[in-house]
Amino acid sequence: MSFGDYLLFIVGAILVNNILLAKFLGNCPFLGVSKRMDTATGMSMAVIFVTTMAGTITWLVQYYLLVPLNIEYLQTISFILVIAALVQLVEIIMQKTVPALYRALGIFLPLITTNCAVLGVAIININEEFSFLDSIVFSFASAVGYGLALCLFAGIRERFALARIPKAFEGTAIGLVTAGFMALAFSGFSGLVAH
Amino acid sequence: MAFVKEFSKGLWDVLPPFRLVLGLCPTLAVTTSAENGAGMGLATTFVLVCSNLLVSLLRKAIPSKVRIGAFIVIAASFVVITELLMQAYFFGLYQVLGIFIPLIVVNCIILGRAEAFASSHGPIDSVADGLGIGLGFTLSLFVLGGVREVLGAGTLLGARVLWDSFEPFAFMVKAPGAFVSLGVMLAIINLISARMAARKRRAQ
Repeated sequence: MSFGDYLLFIVGAILVNNILLAKFLGNCPFLGVSKRMDTATGMSMAVIFVTTMAGTITWLVQYYLLVPLNIEYLQTISFILVIAALVQLVEIIMQKTVPALYRALGIFLPLITTNCAVLGVAIININEEFSFLDSIVFSFASAVGYGLALCLFAGIRERFALARIPKAFEGTAIGLVTAGFMALAFSGFSGLVAH
Repeated sequence: MAFVKEFSKGLWDVLPPFRLVLGLCPTLAVTTSAENGAGMGLATTFVLVCSNLLVSLLRKAIPSKVRIGAFIVIAASFVVITELLMQAYFFGLYQVLGIFIPLIVVNCIILGRAEAFASSHGPIDSVADGLGIGLGFTLSLFVLGGVREVLGAGTLLGARVLWDSFEPFAFMVKAPGAFVSLGVMLAIINLISARMAARKRRAQ
């Protein structure tokens, strides 16, 4: 692919096929940590970091371990183990080398193991038969899209404190409806990149 | 009676995904029709019951430091079994549900029940808990899928249920409709339980 193709590919992954709003991956933390802006940015950074690394490593696992040994059916179990181990490793390394970043991301890291966006992106990389470079770019761009949607959503949700919301809609219900309208807004990008 | 109690709480008191706000991704993604919703729900139920049973049987053998890892491996093994079984017997449904079958492993409901219930209760109670929560989840997905299918395509389980000149809302079967209809259903359930609580207070 040329540089222009990559640019379209990245824009497509961030805006058009937004992993959160169009593909429904990683919704539990999306609703869980979006009540405040600072937790949302922390979570976004952690997701971008882990997804990119997980996408890279699971690609290598798939093509240098599972395919040669003919055990592709163990994909799910091996990917989740790679992700769980990776998250743990990142946590330990960060704690020793960049304690400031660790303190900022600390509590979000363990949560990421069960964020289906990470495993989802890793599986999409394989299903779409992306090359190694494509996988890295796609993982990074998808995670940036996730972060973007999460931070925008947190910005909206902070304003809810000032709004009068019907009692039955308080909390998660109004959050879901808001997410629906955000998804509608994002679907306006669908003409941007031809697929 | 404990079996019935553990079973029935999943159908209302902790009904996922409304009471336990967990497992939202499959809820939103596969409920474009009632059939897909029910298929996803049943696959999740199978994994949940099996993983609850195994976690409960092994609860004394698993050291607490590595328990999360152990739960994930147990869940992942059953997900692989489900994947292979569905490929063999329900290939059409397997293709529709696609990536969300392997993603059952990161469905927070599975890990949540292993941690919150199965790791501290006996095998019979754990199976009851898994069955109740799983069937509650299936029912929720079926209803949500049904609502979206009727409004978004005018059909239910593939059969036409609305009048012929009905123009389906494409919105409902697309991504935004999933969020909005789940939000509205959650609000309705909140409303019903608030009414029930108020009635109970008056009765006392």
